[in-house]
Amino acid sequence: MPTTYRHRGAISLALFTAASLAACEREARRLNQQPPPGPPVTFVSQSPLQPGPTVVTDTAEGEFDDNAYNTSEGQTLYSQMNCSGCHSNGGGNMGPALMDDEWLYGSKPNQIFASIAEGRANGMPSWKYRLTNKQIWQLVAYVRSLSGLTPKGARPARSDHMMVSSPPNQTPNAKPRNSGLPGASQRP
Amino acid sequence: MQNHHEPVVPAGTALSDEDVAREAAALEEVWHGRSGFWGWLTSVDHKSIGKRYIVTAFAMFLAGGILAAMMRTQLMRPENTLLGPDRYNQIFTTHGTTMMFLFAVPIMTAMGTYFVPLMVGARSIAFPRANAFGYWTYFVGVVFLYVSLIANTGPDTGWFAYVPLSGPQYAPGHRVDVWAQVVTFTEIAALVAAVNIIVTTFKMRSPGMSLNRLPLFVWAQLVVSFMIVFAMPAVATGSTLMLAEDRAVNTHWFNPAEGGDALLWQHVFWFFGHPEVYIIFLPALGFITPIVETFARRKVFGYTALVMSNITTAFFAFGLWVHHMFATPIPELGQSLFTAASMLIAIPTGIQIFCWLATLWAGRPEFRVPLLFVLGFIFTFVNGGITGVMLASVAFDKQAHDTFFVVAHLHYVLIGGGVMPLFGAFYFWFPKITGRMLDETLGKVNFWLFLIGVNVAFFPMHVLGLEGMPRRVYTYLSSTGWGPLNLVSTIGAYVIALSVVVFLVNVIKSWIGGEAAGHNPWNSSGLEWATSSPPPPYNFVHVPVTTSRHPLWDTDVHLPVMTGLRSDRREVLITTTFDARPDHRHEDPEPSIWPLYLALCMGLTFIGSIFSPYLVLVGLGASLPGLLAWAWQSLNSHRGPDRVAAPDVLAETT
Amino acid sequence: MHSAFDPASPQAHLIASLWWWMLGVGGTIWIIVIATMFYVSFTKHRHREPDDPQHVSEATHRRMERAVIAAGLVTVLVLTVFLGFDYSVGHALAQHPQRALTINVTGHQWWWEAEYEDPDPSKRITTANEIHVPVGQPVQFKLRAADVIHSFWVPNLNGKRDLIPGYVSSQWFRADTAGVYRGQCAEFCGLQHAKMALYIVAEPPAKFAAWMAAAAQSPPPPADSARLYGQRVFLSSGCAVCHTIGGTQAQAFVGPPLTHLKSRATIAAGTLTNTRANLMGWITNPQAIKPGVRMPAYPLTPLQLEALVDYLETLK
Repeated sequence: MPTTYRHRGAISLALFTAASLAACEREARRLNQQPPPGPPVTFVSQSPLQPGPTVVTDTAEGEFDDNAYNTSEGQTLYSQMNCSGCHSNGGGNMGPALMDDEWLYGSKPNQIFASIAEGRANGMPSWKYRLTNKQIWQLVAYVRSLSGLTPKGARPARSDHMMVSSPPNQTPNAKPRNSGLPGASQRP
Repeated sequence: MQNHHEPVVPAGTALSDEDVAREAAALEEVWHGRSGFWGWLTSVDHKSIGKRYIVTAFAMFLAGGILAAMMRTQLMRPENTLLGPDRYNQIFTTHGTTMMFLFAVPIMTAMGTYFVPLMVGARSIAFPRANAFGYWTYFVGVVFLYVSLIANTGPDTGWFAYVPLSGPQYAPGHRVDVWAQVVTFTEIAALVAAVNIIVTTFKMRSPGMSLNRLPLFVWAQLVVSFMIVFAMPAVATGSTLMLAEDRAVNTHWFNPAEGGDALLWQHVFWFFGHPEVYIIFLPALGFITPIVETFARRKVFGYTALVMSNITTAFFAFGLWVHHMFATPIPELGQSLFTAASMLIAIPTGIQIFCWLATLWAGRPEFRVPLLFVLGFIFTFVNGGITGVMLASVAFDKQAHDTFFVVAHLHYVLIGGGVMPLFGAFYFWFPKITGRMLDETLGKVNFWLFLIGVNVAFFPMHVLGLEGMPRRVYTYLSSTGWGPLNLVSTIGAYVIALSVVVFLVNVIKSWIGGEAAGHNPWNSSGLEWATSSPPPPYNFVHVPVTTSRHPLWDTDVHLPVMTGLRSDRREVLITTTFDARPDHRHEDPEPSIWPLYLALCMGLTFIGSIFSPYLVLVGLGASLPGLLAWAWQSLNSHRGPDRVAAPDVLAETT
Repeated sequence: MHSAFDPASPQAHLIASLWWWMLGVGGTIWIIVIATMFYVSFTKHRHREPDDPQHVSEATHRRMERAVIAAGLVTVLVLTVFLGFDYSVGHALAQHPQRALTINVTGHQWWWEAEYEDPDPSKRITTANEIHVPVGQPVQFKLRAADVIHSFWVPNLNGKRDLIPGYVSSQWFRADTAGVYRGQCAEFCGLQHAKMALYIVAEPPAKFAAWMAAAAQSPPPPADSARLYGQRVFLSSGCAVCHTIGGTQAQAFVGPPLTHLKSRATIAAGTLTNTRANLMGWITNPQAIKPGVRMPAYPLTPLQLEALVDYLETLK
């Protein structure tokens, strides 16, 4: 067999091996996952310190940050659960803005999970008995993408609605800062 | 310089064998490429590029076929669990994209790239470095698509990628961006090949080969090249521009909420998509005439009708696209115009088939494998053509659209009308490309398995479609009753796979140790058979002179040639467009790495555009030195066209 | 049978008759062409010239010319006849009825929403996946898409029509035979395109009116404590966030309305028959049956699940 074909064969093999090993997390869609057995886990730990025996917590922390499919499902849930009723399309109104760098209760995935699941003062409802944990994690990924905290490749682009804000994939990467007291959100 | 049409052959002047051998040796020195892997990378020989193009495109046929086998295996049984919906969607999309963009069009342009210069008697193709660039761009597309498929980033919204499903909201991630850029690469490659073929055909023909003496293979390639020039930019605008922009920089081409239109995509895509299938089909028709002529041992009946049919088909093909959209809310009057056009296009194709049947009738057919594939073409394609006329009717199409009936129709016309003539062409021209004959018995086994496999696989789909089975479904319920016919279809698919294995065995066996072919084993009439098998890098020792449509059949003993082209540099003859009178000489470029370099830069630019605008700038910036080097190479070597004064010493030789 | 060969409406009959004519004529043409191919390839006749490509006699050439031209003319004739036939069928199908029951169908990923239009708002019914129509009366469908392109296709009753975001397309038919007709989405719409079926139930006008009246009513409140508990499970857990049950506080429109769930023959857009076991399996893990569907696997205890399904089974 001529040298050229052998060379080309070797290059192709190398490329394919590399590609299959680096199977892209951004595109993964693990569709047919069994729900976890046992009673639902609604407790997501906010710190590594726990008094008493270890309580099982949901360990999906941050799992969907770099996954485009689940972030997109989060975008769908955001509109279906009417989050825009208080938060608009991220700009905030009755509820705080989600696309800025100011975070009242923290911007880490487990903190946002707690905000959504438990609810917060001044009107944020508690969703933990309404949405499954996976759905809340999808919303977490979407909310983080609104303020540029997730990898750009996994953030959703514009939706097929009227364009009312800069889509997440054009939001510059932001450094979050905790703004502290709830009263801060009352400022115009 | 001669002033009449017909080059005059001075009686009694002949070139001796020593003259020819000396000339051949000099040409070999000037025209042979560099050796080794570097030589392969820098080659600008249209035959070397053509060969690798054919091999790569055939490898894509195999890859697409494997994907098809996976699909058929999944659909063999109701509620089968071999492939989930996500994987299945990626697989059927990649199957379609591979077959349409990476196999069907490239292999036709590859056959043109290899054979058109030989058939018109030229030493080389018009733009050898651009030709190489086209191939490398295509290759980047091939690698990109399959690496993406393996990395779970394969496109999953169909080869037609309808918005809004393929738009930014409903197709998250970069899968569809991969599709859009693969289309970009293949479309650039096709455009480059098309331009090359047009210019070669118009300006580099053998003296005396006026347009009405052009072989039908070359006519088909010429017409198709014009179709590519008009059709490909539509899909480029749609995918590379509009869809990629909607997804990456948030434009609103297809967003109804902001004034865009989801139907716009369908119009732009199918304006390309319908001519695309004729771009695949017409070159295959070009293969058939030489095969029928050779094996019926009769000149084809109706040369003018065949040429006019090709041209008419090409024109009509641009007026059919809405027949893919009959189920959309387009007004009835508009749709009915396209019904008329879609039925009308059956007429030129029918006439071509009647002409070939007449040729066979007037001849004494010898049933070698290429002719068997032509008969297989008629058997299969006419079936597909008739279902096509049925689908042209809006009312019936409303039942059959987007069902397996259409899958059956499209495979009957594409396989019957494209792949069968292609296999015939492989068996016919393999001796010319490799110098070896393919095995006749294995060829017959290949043919029968293929014919049976195609009909068993696709005929039941007509019934399935009308029984309610839509396309692009990863499974179906057993209560629908579609199971048994799907099983039959899958068995047919496996038979097709077996026939392709037989073909591969035949090719490998013959390439390594097949029977040696002379320069014209079939006693055919085209100019490509006037040189050795495989042809030398310079194609012809002396440029042949054409005096009729069938040069090798119409010359008494020896083929007239033209001498006088220089053999101390790569010189080709440029002739006038209509009558092919010698016009001037032109120096062909030496082997060059810049086509490959530029293709890689293009790859970086377009693939990078998916991820970041900065990569686009990097890619474009990196191309700049490549373009400069390419131009520098031309400037350095080219010493301007020489108006022909010399090459008119006409002589006879074998 | 779910098939275009089995028409149950005048529209589908027209298309089917067009099909059978085209099959007959087209099939005959194919047979003629193939027979000709065999004939020209194998017949030995004296008109063939000696093996010399130069010589085809004038007479032979003229015969070939005449044959090819005749074949061409026959082709044009057949195509013209087909064209005329098709235009007449197409025109008949395009004549939408002046007055007809109008149903607004909206395609979602991956279910069908159907809203019966009525000037009286209390008579407007919204249901999912199973659409009842009266026999012998024309029904007009106004088709919209909520997300991506779908296609409304019930082969026994008429051809298909695409649902395209940003457009309102329309389709109509008149079911002449009572029966249950299956349809399926016919435009690739994502992960569960394969399992987006719908049913048209054509019933005699009296039965249809009775169905309409029942459908406009809300179901009665649960009779016993088990079913009341089931209703509480529905309202307090994730179900009410997406589904509607008339007469309760669950009024969400994310997923299909469940007001008269038990009156439908199938669930999950025609994927499963509407039995207790299937319902429990679906609620426990929809992803196992339709991977990628937007209904999550909601974690319920076995007690809650039993009670919930008990309650759902009262929604007739």
